[in-house]
Amino acid sequence: MTFTRGRALPSADRLRRDLGHLLLHLVLIAGAVSALFPFVWMVLNSLKGYTEAAAGLDILPKRWLFSNYVTAWNQVGLFPRYFANSIFIGVATVLGVLVTSTLAAYAFARMKFPGRDALFLIMVATMIVPFEVTLVPNFILMRDLNWIDTYQALIIPWSGSAFSVFLLRQFFRSIPQDLYDAAVLDGASHLRFLIDIVVPLSKPALITSALFTFLGSWNSLMWPLLVTNSPQMRPIQVGIASFITDAGTQVQLLLAAVTISVVPIVLVYLLLQRWFIEGIATVGLRG
Amino acid sequence: MSGFASLERMAHDRATTRNHISRRGVEWTAFLFILPAFVLIAAFHIFPVLYAIYISLHTGAINRFTYVGLDNYIRALEGADFWNALSVTIWYVALTLPATLVLGLVLAYLLYQPIRGRGIYRTIYFLPYVISTVASSIVWAWVFDPQSGVANLILQRIGLAPLRWLIEPSGIGQVMGAQVGVSLPGWAQGPSVALIAVAIFTIWQSLGYVTVIFLAGLTNIPGELYDAAHIDGANALQLFRHITLPLLTPTTFFVVVISVIASFQAFNQIFAMNTAAAQTLGGPLGSTSTLTVFMFDQLYTYANYGYASAIAVLLSILILVLTLVNFRALGARVQY
Repeated sequence: MTFTRGRALPSADRLRRDLGHLLLHLVLIAGAVSALFPFVWMVLNSLKGYTEAAAGLDILPKRWLFSNYVTAWNQVGLFPRYFANSIFIGVATVLGVLVTSTLAAYAFARMKFPGRDALFLIMVATMIVPFEVTLVPNFILMRDLNWIDTYQALIIPWSGSAFSVFLLRQFFRSIPQDLYDAAVLDGASHLRFLIDIVVPLSKPALITSALFTFLGSWNSLMWPLLVTNSPQMRPIQVGIASFITDAGTQVQLLLAAVTISVVPIVLVYLLLQRWFIEGIATVGLRG
Repeated sequence: MSGFASLERMAHDRATTRNHISRRGVEWTAFLFILPAFVLIAAFHIFPVLYAIYISLHTGAINRFTYVGLDNYIRALEGADFWNALSVTIWYVALTLPATLVLGLVLAYLLYQPIRGRGIYRTIYFLPYVISTVASSIVWAWVFDPQSGVANLILQRIGLAPLRWLIEPSGIGQVMGAQVGVSLPGWAQGPSVALIAVAIFTIWQSLGYVTVIFLAGLTNIPGELYDAAHIDGANALQLFRHITLPLLTPTTFFVVVISVIASFQAFNQIFAMNTAAAQTLGGPLGSTSTLTVFMFDQLYTYANYGYASAIAVLLSILILVLTLVNFRALGARVQY
C-alpha cells in the first residue's frame, strides 16, 4: 500500500485503495476507542454525585459537579503536598539523570581509555537485573544512611541510569567525527564540544531520556512505599493508593484525584511527544 | 549479525580506534566524565546485587543476620508457594507477551500505511503507557466490577454468564467447565480468572509502547525495497512476509528481549489491581501471586529478608538465562 503514494492511479485501483483506507480507519478507530475509553469513563464519573458514580450505570453525569475536583484537592489526604512532592522529586531526578548520563555517555561514545568496553558492559548488564533484587539491600542502605523518609532516598538512588547512558551513547555515536576534529582545531576541549555541539544536536535523545525518567519517577510505587513513612513525604502514587484502601472512599473523589494526578504527565507527553517518537526511532533500534 | 558486514565493521572500528589512540593517546579525563554515573549505578544497582546474594544466605532481622548457607534456597525450592508463584508467573507471561507482540506488530503495520491522522492514532495508542499504573488500575478495577462493570456487560450482551473477574481465584477452565456442567481435572483448569483480568489490563497498558517501537523499526526499512518487489508483482501479504518481517528482525529481537525481562519483573500492574479490587497482596487465594509479588509479600508483610532475597536471586537467574537463550536463539537469526 505504501508504494501507491503520489502516483496517478486508474479509477478502479483508486476505489480499492480508498476502500482499504476506510477499513483501516475503522480498525484504527476501534483501537483508539479501546485505548481511550477508560480515561473518558474516569473523567465522566469524577463529575458525578456519589450515589450516581457508585452505581456507575449512566454514561453522562446528571449534574456536572466540577466542585468534586476542589473537594478532592482539599480532602484526599495531603493531596497538594503529594502533588508538589512528586513534581519536585521528578524534576530533580530528571536533572540528575541528564547530567550524569550525558557525561558518561559522551565518554563511552567519544573518548579512548583503558577498560572502556568492560565498564560499559557492566553498566548495561545492570539493566537485566530485576529491580526487586536490589530492593532489600537498598532499603537497608537507606536505613543505614538515615535516609528513610527523606527526599534523598526518593531521588539519589535513581539519578544514575544505565538505560539513559546506553540511549545517549547510541545517539552520540551518530554525530560525525569531523565535527569534533573541527572543534579541536578551534581549541575546544571535550567538555566545550559536548556542551556547545553535542547537547544541542541530541535534543530528541535527551528528551526521550528525560521523559522516561520523569515517567518512571512520577509513576513509581514500590520504592516510595518502602522508604516513606510519614504522609508529608509521600509522592502522589502512594497517596492515591492509600486513599483507595481508606474506608468509605468516595468513588467520585478518588476518580477526581486520579484525574488530577494524570494531568501533568499527559501534558508533558503531549508537549514532548514529537521529540520523543524521534528519539525512540533514532536510538534504540539501529542494529 | 550476518558475518561479513559485521567483520568489515569491526575491522573499521579497530582501525579508527588505533588511529585515535596514536593521535590522542589515552584520555584520562574520561574517568571524570564517567565517575558520577558510575558511582550512583555502582552504589544502588551493582553493589545491592552482591549484597542481595549475601543476605539470601542469611536469616533474621536487619543487622542481626545469621548465616544459614543455602537454607533459604532449599526452602523456596521445596515449598509449594514458590512453585505456585512460578507457575502464576509463567501463565502471566504466556497470557501477556505473545498477544502484546502480535497486536503491537499488527497495529504498527496498520499505522505505517500512508493514511491521514497517523500522528493522532500514534499519540492515542501510546497514552495508556504514559498513565500511572495506579491511576489506570482504578479504572480497570471498575471495568471488571462483578456488579456494574463493563466486562460483564459485554459478556451478557454476547450471551455468556458474568464472571467475578478480579476476585475469582478459580481457573478459567474450571469456571467455563462449570457453566456447561463439566468438571475439568486440575491440569486443564488454566490460569485464574483474576490473573486473566490482570493480563488484559497489562496488554492494554503496554501495547502502545511495543507499537511505537515496531513503528520506528518499520520506518527504518528503505521504501525502494517495496517499490522493487511491487514491480515484480508481489502482493501485500508477500511484501509483509518477505520484506517487512525479515528486515524487522533487529527490532523484533529488541522488543522480545525487553518484553521478556519486563513481564517477568511485572509488579505494579498486579499490586495495583489487587489493591483497587480490595484484595490482599497476591489476589484471591494467591492466584495472582507472581514471583515478584510473592517476594514483595515476604519482604514487606513478613520481613523475611533472607528468604525474599533468595527468591529475588532465583528470579534474576531465571531472567538472565532467558535473556541468554533469547540472544542465542534469536540473535543468530537477526538480519541486518
